[in-house]
Amino acid sequence: MSIRIDLDIIQQWVAPQSHVLDLACGDGALLKSLKEHKNVEGYGLEIDQEKITAAIANGVNVIEANLDTGLSQFADNSFDTVVMTQALQAMRYPHLVLDEMLRIGKQCIVTFPNFGHWQARIFLLTHGRMPVTKELSYQWYDTPNIHFCTVKDFEVLCAEKNILINQREFVAERFLDKQIKGICPNLFSNTAIYLLSK
Amino acid sequence: MPNAIPENSVGPDNSVGLVTPETLHFDQPLELACGRTLSNYQLVVETYGELNEDKSNAILICHALSGHHHAAGYHSVEDSKPGWWDNHIGPGKPFDTNRFFIVCPNNLGGCHGSTGPNSINPETNKPWGVDFPSLRARDWVQSQARLADHLGIQTWAAVVGGSLGGMQAMRWALEYPDRLRHAVVIASAMKLSAQNIAFNEIARNAIKSDPDFHDGHFLENSTLPRNGLALARMIGHVTYLSDEQMGNKFGRELRSGSFQQGQDTPVEFQVESYLRHQGDAFSNSFDANTYLLMTKVLDYFDLAREYDNDPVKAFSNALCKFLVVSFSTDWRFAPERSEEIVKALIDAKKNVSYAAIESNLGHDAFLLPNERYEQVLYAYMERIATEVSV
Repeated sequence: MSIRIDLDIIQQWVAPQSHVLDLACGDGALLKSLKEHKNVEGYGLEIDQEKITAAIANGVNVIEANLDTGLSQFADNSFDTVVMTQALQAMRYPHLVLDEMLRIGKQCIVTFPNFGHWQARIFLLTHGRMPVTKELSYQWYDTPNIHFCTVKDFEVLCAEKNILINQREFVAERFLDKQIKGICPNLFSNTAIYLLSK
Repeated sequence: MPNAIPENSVGPDNSVGLVTPETLHFDQPLELACGRTLSNYQLVVETYGELNEDKSNAILICHALSGHHHAAGYHSVEDSKPGWWDNHIGPGKPFDTNRFFIVCPNNLGGCHGSTGPNSINPETNKPWGVDFPSLRARDWVQSQARLADHLGIQTWAAVVGGSLGGMQAMRWALEYPDRLRHAVVIASAMKLSAQNIAFNEIARNAIKSDPDFHDGHFLENSTLPRNGLALARMIGHVTYLSDEQMGNKFGRELRSGSFQQGQDTPVEFQVESYLRHQGDAFSNSFDANTYLLMTKVLDYFDLAREYDNDPVKAFSNALCKFLVVSFSTDWRFAPERSEEIVKALIDAKKNVSYAAIESNLGHDAFLLPNERYEQVLYAYMERIATEVSV
């Protein structure tokens, strides 16, 4: 996953000195980078014990919490930006988490792996089995990623929920994909990045 | 032929070894929250490690209800047990004495050498006993600030405490916001629940109803309310453990007697014997008036009382960063209490990290070894070490 490109794009959408909540913050790399480059103070929520320890060592504010249940403690519009990178697919109720993000944040940034990418489609077509990629190498029965979606799926959900898509960016890994991803992002991008608001 | 024992030869390699407490006298009167004044007082203190040149590496350890200044190392080669937080304090441990200067006082009102109910009241030339002024956590914090002044420490790298110690760390953050960089608040709460107060009141009643208590003037009567104090400790001890842990440790094992048909020998469960032992040991080493006083400090503590009962308003005064830690089976200061602290800090836009540690050891977990707990402390202390360049 082109995590660096991910972070660079997110960084552009976060205002300097703003108040940021990072859901599933991992080892805190994004928050650390936002702090260094944009003077942003924020909090990361994480459930994985080792990642929490790593985030503490990274000097970011990390709060142990379960995202499926632990967001109700945050007040409406209490953050400028709520971010969730590469974790929507691991939520039990992704649509409810999106609602919560848009309630807590004035704007939201979501990134997810696009399962509409041609490689996933070919994998399913040729193998007849659920796509397994190098980056997401879990088997279907034992994976934290229980709710994969495609770019199209996500945009349909946003339309149904009247969520505004303020900006979207697509990250492709292969050289050719990069050239043509604009034609059909759902087919050629590996990662989708959305800036959302209500 | 005993030789002088080098400090590091006692205990394992990662022990601070032999330590000697120091008694410090303070002549500047201390005005207490209750309105009374201590004209002078003494604090007994242990320190581990070395204070660096710019005095930036000092860590204050605040003890809990029945704690004291002896947090690490050994007082003599005969000691079977090290200080109460030896798991965490020592060379290479989370509170690394190779890098930090660790200070642990016995709090005022204590019974291990600092001025307290057992000390002589200069006005009567008799032990204070129950007449010792009632204290609040803020009084301890003020006396600890004087201790910092005495040691030449303007700013603590961190103020650290579990349980009642965590309350002191939070009070520090509000009373002297510019004198600490970090507050580490472990298994604590912003105030006690009604259930917490109820258990404390049962314990106090146990002490007061002992005929040897003599309304708190037992020293003058040359007695000690041992039974009452032991009972108080037994009650307290149950609240420090988890149901699961007691089940694992004792189950329904018998120490003596049997339930065999036709036998009428008295039955004693292991847990009964254990609790009695805990109570007896405690009643021989702790002062009943100190126990009354310390439980009252707990009961009275309410972080946000003077901030319109608004914890966010209270924490808005803080300048330090916070680490909050809870333990899953702690029902005395449950994880929810820690999460209230975290929420208030987030709402006040303060720097905070929170770890909810899985443990079956109840409230006592904050004193005991636990791999993840240690990793979290290591990581946080590493970050502090980087900040203060040690």
